[in-house]
Amino acid sequence: MYAVRLWSVRHARGLNRFYQAFEKVMVALHPLWNKIGYDKLEKPFQELEKVSKGFLFDCQMCGQCVLSSTGMSCSMNCPKNLRNGPCGGVRPNGHCEVKPEMKCVWVQGWQGAARMDDGLEKIRNVQHAVDYSIKGKSSWLRVVRMTKKIGEFAPKPVKAPAAKPAAPKAEAPKAQASEGKAA
Amino acid sequence: MNPDLPPHYDPGAPLPNLPGHSSGGRLERILRSGRFAVTAELNPPDSADPRDVYDRALVLSEVCDAINATDASGANCHMSSVGICSLLTRAGYAVIMQISCRDRNRIAIQGDVLGAAAMGVQNILCLTGDGVQAGDQPQAKPVFDFDSTSLLDCIRTMRDKGQFLSGRKLTTRPQVFLGAAANPFVPPFEWRGDHIAKKIAAGAQFIQTQYCYDVPLLRQFMEKVRENKLHEKAFFLVGVGPLPSAKTGRWMKNNVPGVHIPEPVLERIEKAKDQKAEGKQLCIDLIQEIREIEGVAGIHVMAYRQEEFVNEIIHASGVMKNRKPRPVAQSSETAALAATAS
Repeated sequence: MYAVRLWSVRHARGLNRFYQAFEKVMVALHPLWNKIGYDKLEKPFQELEKVSKGFLFDCQMCGQCVLSSTGMSCSMNCPKNLRNGPCGGVRPNGHCEVKPEMKCVWVQGWQGAARMDDGLEKIRNVQHAVDYSIKGKSSWLRVVRMTKKIGEFAPKPVKAPAAKPAAPKAEAPKAQASEGKAA
Repeated sequence: MNPDLPPHYDPGAPLPNLPGHSSGGRLERILRSGRFAVTAELNPPDSADPRDVYDRALVLSEVCDAINATDASGANCHMSSVGICSLLTRAGYAVIMQISCRDRNRIAIQGDVLGAAAMGVQNILCLTGDGVQAGDQPQAKPVFDFDSTSLLDCIRTMRDKGQFLSGRKLTTRPQVFLGAAANPFVPPFEWRGDHIAKKIAAGAQFIQTQYCYDVPLLRQFMEKVRENKLHEKAFFLVGVGPLPSAKTGRWMKNNVPGVHIPEPVLERIEKAKDQKAEGKQLCIDLIQEIREIEGVAGIHVMAYRQEEFVNEIIHASGVMKNRKPRPVAQSSETAALAATAS
């Protein structure tokens, strides 16, 4: 809801502090999530996020939440889906170029960031292009997996089979050469 | 092209990159040498005739270092920027290809970047693009897969890492000089400097601004730029343009997204006997005022349907007269380059 969304930006500092604490709890509960299984949790968490973040931020479920870096103003509400700042079309009254009745998401975002503890630092982060393949997925579970480096964030196995046979071959001539020198 | 042929054989063929340069283009050389640069916007024709492009480019090329090929600006349909760049590079003009995020997704854009670089495009300006509601076909589906910052980030990845966003390798990298747009004349004024810093962090090497009719606002913005030493990281070209009449000015102010014209400026033109001449004079005065602001590296002329006046305006402003390298806050490496270039 638009009015709630504006309220959330006005209370960006408190909401961000709450989320930081919430994230710690989420990460700490990883053994529990793991036991239940992340796949099983995906659906209920999607619903949970849709309802809670939908109410507070008009969340569009992009699946890669960056609210902490956008002053608690959901950038997916920008009609141009801008993730890095306002466009050049902001109206003199600070409203949106596309939807004149709506306050610019990014004018709001910068105001929210200024209220947060580390908002003005985080808003400087360059956001890469949105990954539309995870749209609709749970962002919270993703953050846990990212922190714990599991699932899609698990370190990719080094191509060991290709490297191993090559290694002795490369070493062998060297060893021979040094032997030769020594002799 | 046959590599055995002398380099002047193909006028459209890029020059080899100088050390510390991203492209072989004229614009980057001019800017890095500390000379005041002039770029101009070509109004794209609503036609399939190449002569419409060449006629317009001819009058601009005399007085500018690179010609901007717009990408459906204002969300109005015109000849594409790729098409215009194809024609202009063929004839040896230096172009700035504009890419807007409104009409194409990442797959199309990365392909266009390779195609453009292959044609000899040396400069790319990354734009978000006006909303479809502003144009002649508001029924269109807006794409906005990228935003201007993630677009910069993507093309820089292609150029510097030699790969697509997916990580797939390129066999030849697009050697382009990357630009972004700034609009210091609309809210949030106090954060516009921080926003442009973000675009520079994402890869912008030159900045072209929206029309400047409000010099105090520009000064405020440039102060922020100098405070963060952004003018040492990117070249700032300020947008200017002649207003044909006060009526047109008012229309632009109310209908073109992001255009801000203070009332006193409109009154100055309104009071004049010859509004067109006054609009030109205003543009000349603005250029002379803007060029004195520290950190401004050049101007970008947008003379919508008035290309024929660009020559006159640039000559009268004197910015091209005895163009010599100016002392600019640059690294010692580029300073040395400037010395050898002159």
